[in-house]
Amino acid sequence: MRQLGRVFPALLVIALLLIAWQLYSTLGALGNELLPAPSRVASAGWADRSSLWDNLLPTVREVLLGFALSLSFAFSLSILLDRSQAVRRALMPVLIGSQTLPIIVLAPLVVIWFGFGLTPKILLVALVTFFPLLVGLLEGYASTTRDAMTLMETMGAGWWKTWRLLRLPSALPSFFTGLRISVTYAVVAAIFAEYAGAELGLGIYMQSAKNSFRTDLVLAAVVLCALLTLALYALTFALQRLVMPWYAQSRERPS
Amino acid sequence: MKRIELERVSKSFDGREGKLEVLSDLSLSVELGEFVSILGPSGCGKSTLLSLLTGIEAADTGTLRAGGQPLAAGRQPFAWMPQNDVLFPWRTVLGNVALGAEVAGGLSREAARARALELLPTFGLEEFADSRPFQLSGGMRQRAALARTVAQGHDVLLLDEPFGALDALTRTDLQLWLEQIWERERWTVVLITHDVREAVLLSDRVYVLGPRPASVRLELEIPLARPRTLETLTDPQVAALEQELLTALEVGADRGD
Repeated sequence: MRQLGRVFPALLVIALLLIAWQLYSTLGALGNELLPAPSRVASAGWADRSSLWDNLLPTVREVLLGFALSLSFAFSLSILLDRSQAVRRALMPVLIGSQTLPIIVLAPLVVIWFGFGLTPKILLVALVTFFPLLVGLLEGYASTTRDAMTLMETMGAGWWKTWRLLRLPSALPSFFTGLRISVTYAVVAAIFAEYAGAELGLGIYMQSAKNSFRTDLVLAAVVLCALLTLALYALTFALQRLVMPWYAQSRERPS
Repeated sequence: MKRIELERVSKSFDGREGKLEVLSDLSLSVELGEFVSILGPSGCGKSTLLSLLTGIEAADTGTLRAGGQPLAAGRQPFAWMPQNDVLFPWRTVLGNVALGAEVAGGLSREAARARALELLPTFGLEEFADSRPFQLSGGMRQRAALARTVAQGHDVLLLDEPFGALDALTRTDLQLWLEQIWERERWTVVLITHDVREAVLLSDRVYVLGPRPASVRLELEIPLARPRTLETLTDPQVAALEQELLTALEVGADRGD
């Protein structure tokens, strides 16, 4: 019951939005063809469910593989940047610069360079998602207290041991903040990459639905994207509970 | 045998306003199994003295010896207990104590946990082995931090105002508790404090440091019988000793300004 009580406000907001949308498309100026009502989006999506499913799976795969690449890149890079101030000063401007590349322009280029396969999608997802992870980790390392560092030093711990036993665990809370920001970008990045050229995937599905003026199917795919992002977002909380069980506990009760 | 010896040690730092002399010609020594307190006003260089002893900083001049051997840079022959407990929230109490044995003691993870498990009863923490630090009271956290310090396996403990952040009742409680287990364990202890009563209650000897640049102002034996208990606090000798220390610290003295 308490669980239900917690999601109820969100469900209510969604229901109200759907009702407003339904009324506007049936009574409004655009008409049901151009702006299909939610009921129509649902029925059209359901009728085309097997095709939607076939296109959803590649997108999920791209997002997950892209994230795997992004995570390994962010972690290795964070170690390097944490280890050496010089490296940090040298690389940070380039890394920040990488975040200013307009993905809408970059996506077709990456497809030209790497073809229609999986590679360009993974690269784009990784490019868009690594930065919040990296910043989360670096800020997290910086949150390590001086006393804790001194403690490790007086115990004779070397750099690596200090990182593993102290700096990494200290960084986890802010890493998960970065992770949550990242996942909300990940699906959009995959869609962009597919839009620029793919054989299967929600992005290319949307494009062909749009080209045949099936706005209802475009929106059905959009709904799937939103659900996918929500699921990934929820997954970060599950993962956080698994990796750092102490964190939620220590926040539940004031100490 | 002299366990720790400092001979005419000086240390200064390059500050924004030129050279800042923190320690000047400081000499002191600690016998094996002795409880020595270093008492001083805040900002007198107690932490600098500690960072010399922990090997984090090197002295400009003078010599530091541990067990007769010169204190080599980068070696950490003493166990340091920070002022704030610095227990890692992601480790259980047992894990935090084991950290000392694992990192400083060089034990394997399993051996370190076994060693920590042996130590917990001494510190009254055997029932809290699997608790997280945030579940403990302030006093228990300090005891866990002390257990981690002992777990490092060095016979010298450097305690940096260990009870400074506690409320007065818990502090007295822990001081009496520390006296009790020290009677049993007889570690060599260097206690840094600005609490005069704490220094008198716990120490064999007290060094009083002056304001910066700090050197030893007074060295005072504390001849109180052990074990010291709650009754010791009302001993008239205690009041006299406290007064002597406070006088050396110039507490309540007329200021010329």
